[in-house]
Amino acid sequence: MGLFSTDREKYRTLATAWVIPEPRRCVQCGVCSFNCPMGVDVRRHVWLGVPVRDSRCLTCGECVRRCPRGLLRFEPIAPEPAGPDEPVTTAPARRKSRAR
Amino acid sequence: MAAAEAIRGADDGAEIVVVSADPHGYYSRPGLAYYLTREIPEDRLFPFTPDDVRRLDLAWVTESAMAIDPAGHRVTLESGRQLVYDRLLLATGSQAIGARVPGAELDGVVKLDGMDDARDIIRRSARAKAAVVVGGGITALEIVEGLRARGLHVHYFMRKDRYWSNVLSESESRIVERELRREGVEMHTFTDLAAIRGRGGRVTAVETGDGAVIPCDLVAVAVGVRPRIELAQSAGLPCARGVLVDEYLRAGDPDIYAAGDIAETVDAHTGHRTLEVLWNPALLKGRVAGLNMAAEPVHVYEQDASINVTRLAGLHTTIIGTVGSGTDADLEGLSRGDSQMWSELSDETTVEAQRGDAHVRLALGEHTIAGAVVIGDQTLSYPLQELIDARVRATNVVATPEAPLVELINGLWTDWKAGRAQVCRA
Repeated sequence: MGLFSTDREKYRTLATAWVIPEPRRCVQCGVCSFNCPMGVDVRRHVWLGVPVRDSRCLTCGECVRRCPRGLLRFEPIAPEPAGPDEPVTTAPARRKSRAR
Repeated sequence: MAAAEAIRGADDGAEIVVVSADPHGYYSRPGLAYYLTREIPEDRLFPFTPDDVRRLDLAWVTESAMAIDPAGHRVTLESGRQLVYDRLLLATGSQAIGARVPGAELDGVVKLDGMDDARDIIRRSARAKAAVVVGGGITALEIVEGLRARGLHVHYFMRKDRYWSNVLSESESRIVERELRREGVEMHTFTDLAAIRGRGGRVTAVETGDGAVIPCDLVAVAVGVRPRIELAQSAGLPCARGVLVDEYLRAGDPDIYAAGDIAETVDAHTGHRTLEVLWNPALLKGRVAGLNMAAEPVHVYEQDASINVTRLAGLHTTIIGTVGSGTDADLEGLSRGDSQMWSELSDETTVEAQRGDAHVRLALGEHTIAGAVVIGDQTLSYPLQELIDARVRATNVVATPEAPLVELINGLWTDWKAGRAQVCRA
C-alpha cells in the first residue's frame, strides 16, 4: 500500500504537510516515537492532539507507515494552526504553588 | 491514570492514592501486541516519564485491594492496611478467562493480560518450536502474530469455520484468514481443544475434539476476558456483567465511581447498557470520573458508538457501532479490544464493497448507518465514524445500498458538515 501516488505528490507533501494524529484512536503503544529518526516524541503529540510541528520532523513518513493502527496521516496545513510553539517533549508543567 | 490526571488538573492539593497490584506501573496494554512482534522494546511502552508521574504527585501502593466499606469510606488492602477516602474510583480492569480442559495447569499454557504475560510468552518463545492458539477476537491474533514473528510454527484453532463470526462478515473473516495462511499460520477449522498433554509438568502436545494429537511447546488461550467486579460485588454495589454506573460514572454510591473495562455504562439517548473492553473509552471514562470526583458530578459520560482501530493479520481494521450479532464459538466473553455494542445488530441489512485498498462494510439501521467495518486504507473510517456517532439521517444510503458506496458516504458527510443533513433521535 503506497503512501504516494506520484513523485509530485510526494514532494508537495514533504514540503507542506504535517503529521496529523487521531488521538481518539491511539493506544499509546509508542511505535511512532520509537521509529522517529530524529527522536521526536510523536506519541506525546498524539496524546495532546497536536500536529507534529517540531522543526526536527523530516516528514520522512516512518511514524505514519509504522503506526500499527494506521492513525497518523500527512496533511497540508494552513499557515496558522493551533498548537504549541515549543517542541513537545514533556507534559506541560503545572503551576508550582499548592494549597495544602 | 486518566482519572488521576483529571483530578490533579482540577485540584492541585488533592491527595491521590493509586492502589494497583501490577508492579509495572502505567504502560500501554494494547502495545503489548507490538512488543510480542518485536516492533517495540519493552521500555518504550510507557507513555509517562518518571517526571510526568512525579508531577502528578501520586502516592502509589503496589498491593491488591481486598474489600470496600462504602459507609465507612474505607478500603482494606491485602496486608490488612486500611485507606480512608473521600472519593473512590474502581478501575480494576479485565482478566483473561482460562481454558477449562485437562492439562490447563501445565507449564506452557499462556495468556496475554499484562506485561508479565508478554514477558512469559517472549521467554518461552526463545526455545519453543510450535504453539497452538485457541480463542477469538483480537487477542488471539495478537498472540498468533507475535509467535510467528518469533519464528514459531503456529496452529490456530477455530471451533467453527470462520474467525470472529459475531463481529465480522463472512468476506471479512475470509480476508483475515487468507492473510493468516499467507503468513504461514496453520489454520484448523471445526477444531476444539479437548485436552493439553504434558510430560514432567510441561506442555508437550494438545488433543483435539476428534482425537488428533498435535505436538507443541506452548498453548495460548484467548477465549475472552471478564471484568473484575468482585470488589464492587462484595461491597454491595449494583452489578450486572459489569458495575452499573450512572451517566456520571457513579457506581450506586455518591462517593464511588467506576471506569474502564468494569464500567457498564448507560447510553443517555437509548437507556441501553454497554460493556466495552477498549482503551480509549477507558481513558475517557477515567477522565470523566476524575473530573466528577474532584468537584461535583456535572460531567456526563457520552456513550458514543464503540470504535476500535486495530490490526488483524497485519491489516488495519476499524470497527464502529453495531456490526454483527450473536456470539462467537471461540469466545466466552468479550475479547480485549471488543465491545458488546458491536454484536447487537438486529437489522441484517449490510452493504459491502471493495474499493481499491479498502474493504468497507456498512450495517444499515432503519434511517441511519448503525455501524461500519473498514479494512485496509482507513480514509473512509473517519467520515463514517462521525456519521455514525452523530446519527446522521442516511436514508439515501439505506434506500440505495447498491449505489457507489464511497460517493454516498462522502456525499452524506459533506452534506452533514454543510448543515444540509438531519440527525435522528434514537
